[in-house]
Amino acid sequence: MALAKHSTFRRSAGLVSLLLTALVALLTFLSASPASADEANMDEPFRVSGNVQNKGEPLEDVLITVTGPGGYEVEVETDAEGKWRVGVPEEEEYEVTLDESTLPDGVAVVEGSNVRTVEVGPAGRVSTNFFIGVGERNVTSFFDQFVERLATGLNFGLMLALASIGASLVFGTTRLSNFAHAEMVTFGAVMAYFLSVAIALPIYLAIPLAVLLSGVFGLAMDAGLWRPLRRKGLGTVQLMIVSIGLSLALRYIFQFFIGGGTVQLPGSNSPQIPLFGAVSLSVIDIVSMAISIVVIAAFAFWLLRTRIGKATRAISDNPSLAAASGIDVDRVVRIVWIIAAGLAGLAGVLYAYYRPGIKWDMGAQILLLVFAAITLGGLGTAFGALVGSLIVGTLVEISSLWIPADLKYVGALVLLILILLFRPQGILGRRERIG
Amino acid sequence: MSSDVTPNAPRPKSTGLHSGPIQPGVAKVDPIIVADGIKRTFGGLTAVDVDHLEVPRHAITALIGPNGAGKTTLFNLLTGFDKPDAGTWSFDGQSLSGKPAYRVARMGQVRTFQLTKALGLLTVLENMKLGAKEQTGEKFWLSLFPGFWRRQEAAIEEKARELLVKFKLDAKEADFAASLSGGQRKLLEMARALMTDPTLVMLDEPMAGVNPALTQSLLDKILDLKDEGMTVLFVEHDMAMVRHIADWVVVMAEGRIVAEGPPADVMQNPAVIDAYLGAHQELDLGVVTGRHTADEVE
Amino acid sequence: MDWGQILSNTASSLIGPATIAYALAAIGLSVHFGYAGLINMGIAGFMAIGAYGYAISALTFGLPWWAGFLVGIGASIVFALILGIPTLRLRGDYLAIVTIAAAEVLRLLFLTGEFDDVTGSADGLSGYHASFRAANPIPDGTYGFGPWTYNANGWWVRILGIAIVAIVALIVWSLMRSPWGRVLKGIREDEDAVRALGKNVFAYKLQALMLGGVFGALGGIVYALPSAVNPGVYVTSLTFFVYTALLLGGAATIFGPILGSVIFWVLQTFLSNVLPALATSGILPVTSTQASTLRFVLVGVILMLIVIFSPQGILGNKKELTFVK
Ligand SMILES: Nc1ncnc2c1ncn2[C@@H]1O[C@H](COP(=O)(O)OP(=O)(O)OP(=O)(O)O)[C@@H](O)[C@H]1O
Ligand SMILES: [Mg+2]
Repeated sequence: MALAKHSTFRRSAGLVSLLLTALVALLTFLSASPASADEANMDEPFRVSGNVQNKGEPLEDVLITVTGPGGYEVEVETDAEGKWRVGVPEEEEYEVTLDESTLPDGVAVVEGSNVRTVEVGPAGRVSTNFFIGVGERNVTSFFDQFVERLATGLNFGLMLALASIGASLVFGTTRLSNFAHAEMVTFGAVMAYFLSVAIALPIYLAIPLAVLLSGVFGLAMDAGLWRPLRRKGLGTVQLMIVSIGLSLALRYIFQFFIGGGTVQLPGSNSPQIPLFGAVSLSVIDIVSMAISIVVIAAFAFWLLRTRIGKATRAISDNPSLAAASGIDVDRVVRIVWIIAAGLAGLAGVLYAYYRPGIKWDMGAQILLLVFAAITLGGLGTAFGALVGSLIVGTLVEISSLWIPADLKYVGALVLLILILLFRPQGILGRRERIG
Repeated sequence: MSSDVTPNAPRPKSTGLHSGPIQPGVAKVDPIIVADGIKRTFGGLTAVDVDHLEVPRHAITALIGPNGAGKTTLFNLLTGFDKPDAGTWSFDGQSLSGKPAYRVARMGQVRTFQLTKALGLLTVLENMKLGAKEQTGEKFWLSLFPGFWRRQEAAIEEKARELLVKFKLDAKEADFAASLSGGQRKLLEMARALMTDPTLVMLDEPMAGVNPALTQSLLDKILDLKDEGMTVLFVEHDMAMVRHIADWVVVMAEGRIVAEGPPADVMQNPAVIDAYLGAHQELDLGVVTGRHTADEVE
Repeated sequence: MDWGQILSNTASSLIGPATIAYALAAIGLSVHFGYAGLINMGIAGFMAIGAYGYAISALTFGLPWWAGFLVGIGASIVFALILGIPTLRLRGDYLAIVTIAAAEVLRLLFLTGEFDDVTGSADGLSGYHASFRAANPIPDGTYGFGPWTYNANGWWVRILGIAIVAIVALIVWSLMRSPWGRVLKGIREDEDAVRALGKNVFAYKLQALMLGGVFGALGGIVYALPSAVNPGVYVTSLTFFVYTALLLGGAATIFGPILGSVIFWVLQTFLSNVLPALATSGILPVTSTQASTLRFVLVGVILMLIVIFSPQGILGNKKELTFVK
């Protein structure tokens, strides 16, 4: 079906780019008139507020960004009295950043830095005031910002890759678009939490054990659900919807156990290591990247060199041929599930440090990015998924240099849509035969 | 088996279809399809590479060739289901290059598929009615008001029933098409194609999988189409059947047209024997194509 | 435990605005998924467009309520075009992923602080009821009996919503028994076969996407009518919940989506009342927050069970299985 209707395809591709251009124009138009909210997220239970003044005079329309655990991020602008207020979800530390480029020319934050850390205490509210005067601004050079984003993006991309490779292997061998892969990611993080916090194992034991448990979880899902369903001969769409049901069920089971908030793994506040200029990475970032790289390399060796790895690729290529040539498809698929779940679990642990924090729907937050990465690389090819993840990870981080942070996933999702538009069979996929 | 396809009263074949010496790509007196320089590759494999092909009007043309010769691919290209790397072709004097499949069908060039596409979740009668062209009731707004389409629907139903009787499917009209046998589905697909009142009918292996007892009546159906003024282009592996009904035969091998001509002549052509047999030149074509055992054919 | 209250709330949800909204969205999905075989995983996006279109028309442009309806409908048609033109040629599960991504993009655009003036970002929108309530023909007061006692505005929302459901169901019924519906069902099964018969498959799929999208938007509007537009509602889970309701009732049936939505909400309301009550009274050994989480676990499990064991749903015909391969 991908073959048909090429002429209308051209025409409509033109039409679509027209519509997209119009949409972009509309967005730029809308964003040209700055939003002026002096309050945001007021339905959250706790408050962070403050005041911005230049020698006692209030400053209006200064952009304040508050970030906190769980990827929480909100922006407000000061009102005519220089005041702002945001609601935050937890009693935790938050970082308040004043965007100096929104100050009038020639002035800067004079007491302390333009970035502050505040802690919401038992009172449930905290405030911080910025005093502005003539002075030097704290600017990070564009290059430094870029490098920092690139490093963060690579870290994120490697972590995504751990999740995507498994999902793509599962898709390749069983044609299942597994929505519950998100919950396999969360599972790893939740297990690490239970082992390290509830059972109080040291973290260097808790993480490998969590990954091991994830693998067992994958085995259980294959044996208890997916293999029987393959036997029953469910179509790909049916399987996909079953995975959606599973995803919902698991997600809320996690919420049942860890609640609706964010919980932290030990050591999530690791020290920053300055690299050069204003660029710094935390110890955790560096360790996390190293782990990802080692694991991915080991995985590549497995896929390329071992017998099972080769069989896996053969099945992805042509399942019936592989079965006919004596490969035990069920056994290979079982192993693929174990590996996919183990990798996803590890991704979950690393993601918990990256966000930072563990939340019941954390996997679902990156599921579409995982799909984007897989599609970008060509469905069902593990190395495609790796490349796709790195691209998506860096794209998400680097694009936030230009677009607001709360829209940073949009770039990756639009990319996903565009790939499917211009190469519906994926980058390495094949077209289907007609007739 | 060969006795099944021996006609009791053979109908006369159309002759004098070509002009000039017979060779691949020979011009036809009255061509309905003219194709030039059509090429389609899949990765490194050239599936179709046709320099020039004309299909004669009001005649039955068979397209034969070994498995993987590119017959189905050529069908897909001619009907707009696939897009060639290069080439132009026209139907009834109008260029078809780049036309989407549904427009090709609307112009009167309708096809069936090698892997049958009966719509199993519709009843046999609904399958047939779906074939009719220019239905008012298929327009979004008008479909909401039965007043606009009820009468046309009744006429379509009548026509569908007539065709179903002809194809001996009338007893099945209320059944879901999924309950039909493989051969019956082939029949249904062909009958459904005829609902569009085509000028050119393109059948991809209409006889494959059809019970030998049914083949004779199916062959008669194809001959009837010609009598009703339609042109037929069909793919078939069984040489006896080709010999029996085709007025003209086009032979493909490895994507190219290696020979064409009236059936009797083509079977003698060394290029054809080559293409089909390779080393086994002592065998008859009917044997190689798997429809007959050696002693049935003499 | 107050069983009277629990049963009364449950009975009330039979005709709750959320039930009506789900029914509309599920009918839209039945056109997409049930009849045309389009796996649209972005119905939440269509609902968001309806809700925001309606609220923004009133708040930003000061339009009357009926114009808000038209804006919501128009916007959903535009969204269907933007979504459909590039994606409708994609194979089943690809379409699912593109539509889910598009709905997510839309939600993030509604949620971002960038357009706070118009969308209210994380706070959503409220206070757009004046025109709609002014048009209420029911005199002030409280009407009804037992669990179904509502004030004039409550009845206005419900009556209008039910009327829309009835009209929409009638439209789908007329379409699906017509030759137009026949083409659509043909496409659901094998679009190449339909194409070979000279039907413009792409146009039909686009029409189906727009039609179902409009119904989804109407669902979003009804959802927004009684109180407020909250961006937290239009997440991917909403799409999954509507699918659950649809598949429960029967994807390729007229009344399936309505029945499914009613069952979904009656069950949800019952469980959300009874589970915490069981927890507080100590019958369930969990906290009441945990108890109310359980009902969503149940939704997931039910969705799996239907798809595995009864994909045609309660009202569907077993022979006419609706799943594209
Ligand atoms: N979608 C496709 N992708 C890759 N290769 C293809 C595709 N379609 C056809 N081919 C290749 O093109 C060649 C011609 O195929 P085609 O189906 O046209 O043969 P055919 O003459 O119809 O054979 P048969 O008599 O067996 O039906 C074959 O080698 C086939 O493998
Ligand atoms: Mg063929």
